[in-house]
Amino acid sequence: MALQLKWQIGTAVEIRQETPSVKSLIIDLPDWTTHLAGQHVDVRLTAEDGYQAQRSYSIASAPEDKYLMLTVERIGDGEVSPYLTDVLEVGYQVELRGPIGGYFVWNAADMQDNGPPLLLVAGGSGIAPLMAMVRHRANSNRRVPTKLLYSSRSYDDIIYREELDRLVASDSSLRVLHSLTRQQPENWIGYGRRIDREMLAESAWPPDEKPLAYICGPTALVETVANHLLELGYEPERIKTERFGPTGG
Amino acid sequence: MVEKFISRGFKGRARETDTTRRERVPPGQFETNEFPVLSAGPTPRTSLERWDFSIYGDITEDLKWTWNEFQQLPRETVTVDIHCVTKWTKLDTVWTGVSVDTLLDDIDLDAQSDVGYLMAFCDGGYTTNLPLDDVRGGKAWIAFEYNRQPLAPEHGGPARLLVPHLYFWKSAKWVRGFKLVRENRPGFWESAGYHNYGDPWKEQRYAGD
Repeated sequence: MALQLKWQIGTAVEIRQETPSVKSLIIDLPDWTTHLAGQHVDVRLTAEDGYQAQRSYSIASAPEDKYLMLTVERIGDGEVSPYLTDVLEVGYQVELRGPIGGYFVWNAADMQDNGPPLLLVAGGSGIAPLMAMVRHRANSNRRVPTKLLYSSRSYDDIIYREELDRLVASDSSLRVLHSLTRQQPENWIGYGRRIDREMLAESAWPPDEKPLAYICGPTALVETVANHLLELGYEPERIKTERFGPTGG
Repeated sequence: MVEKFISRGFKGRARETDTTRRERVPPGQFETNEFPVLSAGPTPRTSLERWDFSIYGDITEDLKWTWNEFQQLPRETVTVDIHCVTKWTKLDTVWTGVSVDTLLDDIDLDAQSDVGYLMAFCDGGYTTNLPLDDVRGGKAWIAFEYNRQPLAPEHGGPARLLVPHLYFWKSAKWVRGFKLVRENRPGFWESAGYHNYGDPWKEQRYAGD
């Protein structure tokens, strides 16, 4: 019989405003056992009258990091994300359990330096579990050739933008391609539309390199990208998906 | 130790005032009117000409239906509440399909009482395990319509298993058959940290719950 994942209480030690609608909560958990990049936690909120609400959030920090990072997009009609982004402050406690999920995970130790490349495709806050993979990869010194194709609404909506820029600058085997679907700054040299087949044919690894693909974002993006990758010749069992629906909030 | 924990400043949504409705939402779940999509990989596409449903395993005779044969079986339309382990619950969903009782009708399961479990298998390689008792007695269907429309591929079309009294990962999308077995071995999510049985009313989300 497996041991139950126990609820634990952590403390917010830092809160970062990533974009106008997204914050990262950095949480100190005294009893945390390490996670795999891609896993998530369940957060449980309890009101004074005993009312509770639970939601799942992907872990954005690397397994090697000292604190756990959850990156939360504020969903207008949600009830957990507005609390986490508007009410929670540094020093507040938060109850959660995890890590959860054993499929949408990536472990550098399983990879070979000259092995199949990694393709990460993110839409909006779907970047969170993929960022855990990017950070874990950077910590591991395992230079698996990696491309991240990342769709955001606008330049200001790109989460972890500066950190991604820094990682790319110091690692020639990592490429990050942005697409801005609603609004592009002047002189923008990235893509300026939703991810489509042409973009994937141009930017994703060729299928004969047997890439391993992880896709995370809203359902429409995940469905589109997974279908196009299949049509381009990717192997279905090497495409892993995770969806952030509107009820993810 | 954690029983008394209060999330400072958390008030939560206005409580559902309709208690009969509220009582239909299991612990830790919230009600949604949307129909979120969750799956671990790409959506498989199987043409109806190539689709079949088979039952095999530790039984004397295998069974198989083509799509057309399947459509000739008696169908039922049921209105049920569904509960996804990712916390959403959707009330009063309407499905049309064939009762699993109908499919198992030709198998003398009483004569093979040691065959107590099934592994549902699917296009795309997904599997999930269930006790036979949980799919018999009007508790499970192979559904091919949602809201009286053909079931969309991203929701499991052409046909999915529907076992509404368990968490919805047990209601395998793109289902193609059952392997009836003596041993209860874990399926896809059951091998990846999720509960082997998955009763939403006992909040059996993860292994050990």
